[in-house]
Amino acid sequence: MERRRFLSYLTVGLAGVVSSVLALPALGYLIAPLFARASEEFVDVGGVSDFPRGSVKAVKFKDPQPLPWSGRAADTAIWVRRAPAGGAPEFQVFAENCTHLGCPVDWRADSRLFMCPCHGGVFHEDGRVASGPPTQPLFEKQWRVEGERLLVRGPLLPTPRLRQ
Amino acid sequence: MRTVWRWLELRLELKDTLRPLLAHPIPRALDGRVGWFYVLGISVLTAFVIQVVSGVALAITYVPSSESAYDSLKFITDSAALGRFIRGVHWFGACAMVLLIVAHVTRVFLMGAYKFPREINWLSGSLLFLATLLMAFTGQTLRWDQDAFWSLVVGAEQAARTPLIGDPLTRLIVGGYAVSGATVSRVFATHVFVVPGAIALLVLLHVYLVVKRGVSEPPRADEPVDRAYMERYEALVKRGLPYFPYAAWRDAAAAAIVLGVVTVLALVVGPPQLGAPPDPSIVVADPRPDWFFIGYFTILALMPKGAEAVLIIGIPAIIMAFLFLLPFARPFGQRHPLRRPLALTAAVVFIGGYTALTFAGYQAYWVPLRLEGALLPASVTGGLSGAPAVGARLFIDRSCWSCHMIDGSGGRRGPDLTHVAARLSEDRLITRIASGGPGMPDYAAILSKDELANLVAFLETRR
Repeated sequence: MERRRFLSYLTVGLAGVVSSVLALPALGYLIAPLFARASEEFVDVGGVSDFPRGSVKAVKFKDPQPLPWSGRAADTAIWVRRAPAGGAPEFQVFAENCTHLGCPVDWRADSRLFMCPCHGGVFHEDGRVASGPPTQPLFEKQWRVEGERLLVRGPLLPTPRLRQ
Repeated sequence: MRTVWRWLELRLELKDTLRPLLAHPIPRALDGRVGWFYVLGISVLTAFVIQVVSGVALAITYVPSSESAYDSLKFITDSAALGRFIRGVHWFGACAMVLLIVAHVTRVFLMGAYKFPREINWLSGSLLFLATLLMAFTGQTLRWDQDAFWSLVVGAEQAARTPLIGDPLTRLIVGGYAVSGATVSRVFATHVFVVPGAIALLVLLHVYLVVKRGVSEPPRADEPVDRAYMERYEALVKRGLPYFPYAAWRDAAAAAIVLGVVTVLALVVGPPQLGAPPDPSIVVADPRPDWFFIGYFTILALMPKGAEAVLIIGIPAIIMAFLFLLPFARPFGQRHPLRRPLALTAAVVFIGGYTALTFAGYQAYWVPLRLEGALLPASVTGGLSGAPAVGARLFIDRSCWSCHMIDGSGGRRGPDLTHVAARLSEDRLITRIASGGPGMPDYAAILSKDELANLVAFLETRR
């Protein structure tokens, strides 16, 4: 190989190596959330007796491991419905997000409907779609009762494929 | 003075570089009134420079953390010297940049300036257009009030509906599994470093090409672009004028007007109000995006049920096709808008349609109102007693009024029920309420038999 061609290849090659060494770690840092796992932790959201039978109640859900600078964004809301006596399942725990595009649904106690303030989705108290754009029932979160306490898994922004 | 200039010139040799740039020839026609159509590009660039300067100023005080962003903006607006003004400049600069880039794209599209040999100008401009929209979205998010928080959630949820890569894409956008502490700094880095950096590089390419390929001459009917265009253009600019000062003075005037309007609006109107703090545990919220995206908000509300999966890919796909395939699909042919009726119609329909959608979005008649606890007008309830009076109460409490108007008040999502009894028989009313419809919940499980009877008794008075 003649010297001129060798030096050209060397220059371009070194430039490529330098750029990659610079870019790859930054890129990896950027896409790190792709390799993170969703929290498996269950969080205590209250005593079972805090939820009267047949009621629907908003509860503040605190991220168990927030970044120290999260502030208010570490809290989300969940809707806890406790079935009337004899109803099963005993609890339904809904994410606050409308299944249409994620806005927070609001419980209208007298009409027993959840309504979304963005695009007008409406859900029944058991999460079924009542009207509006949504096609899927409200996202349900995993829960379990331990002793007298209700524990809910999270935090998670639910999506159609990532409901919990 | 001359000595200093000579000393500098000997060392910098700026004359060699700047002279051809400033004196590059432009078509003679641009020295006329049509030249005002050609100031939109520099106007967008002016807005961008305003954004960089005011943005740097804001970044001195703004704290890109989920905990403090809102409070730091409150401080900037209420307490910092000149803070309110700088925020106002950044806001109206953003408005100007969005409006002007839409005007610029429309101008270039209608004058057929994207055709041969300026295809790459159009493509780099398309990237700049998308980058501007991304800046508008991330900028609104950094306000980090309630609207900002929920706009980001809605954005992330839309990304999640992308086939195949939806969930990973959402995780990249919010920096994890939920909009949280990791999100604001991520959006901040995007808004302040990544996208503006890309814009600066693209502007360099865009301006280089404007000088290198020459600015397109005003289109003339029946003078289509063909392979011989470049020779004709060479001949045209041989008789042309130097950019400086024949076109430059208009650019300078436009830049001054943009800066002037933004400054005056910032002083007189000021920045947009901060909404409620971004507390996702507050479930009573009415999130709305900034005006640029209200039209899109309307599309999301009005699209056919279940069409998200199609539209969330379809709308961007159509926009991308327009932005990135147009110069390849139509590199030659007529440039004059009157010789391109389809292009002219498309532009009018798009701009008119989006404006109409924006107005509809501010009405948002599809959202059930919060009227529980309010009172029906006396003209409706006056003289009612017994079952109809109880029914009137239920009409409010069971959220009927949230969607149905009676005598000029109430929601507008469902049909106006002022004279409903004249249209529907008692049986039809009962069926309609109990089983619902495409836009109405089924109330069978919500209302008891007596309640339903009372409600119908009330509606029966509406003749």
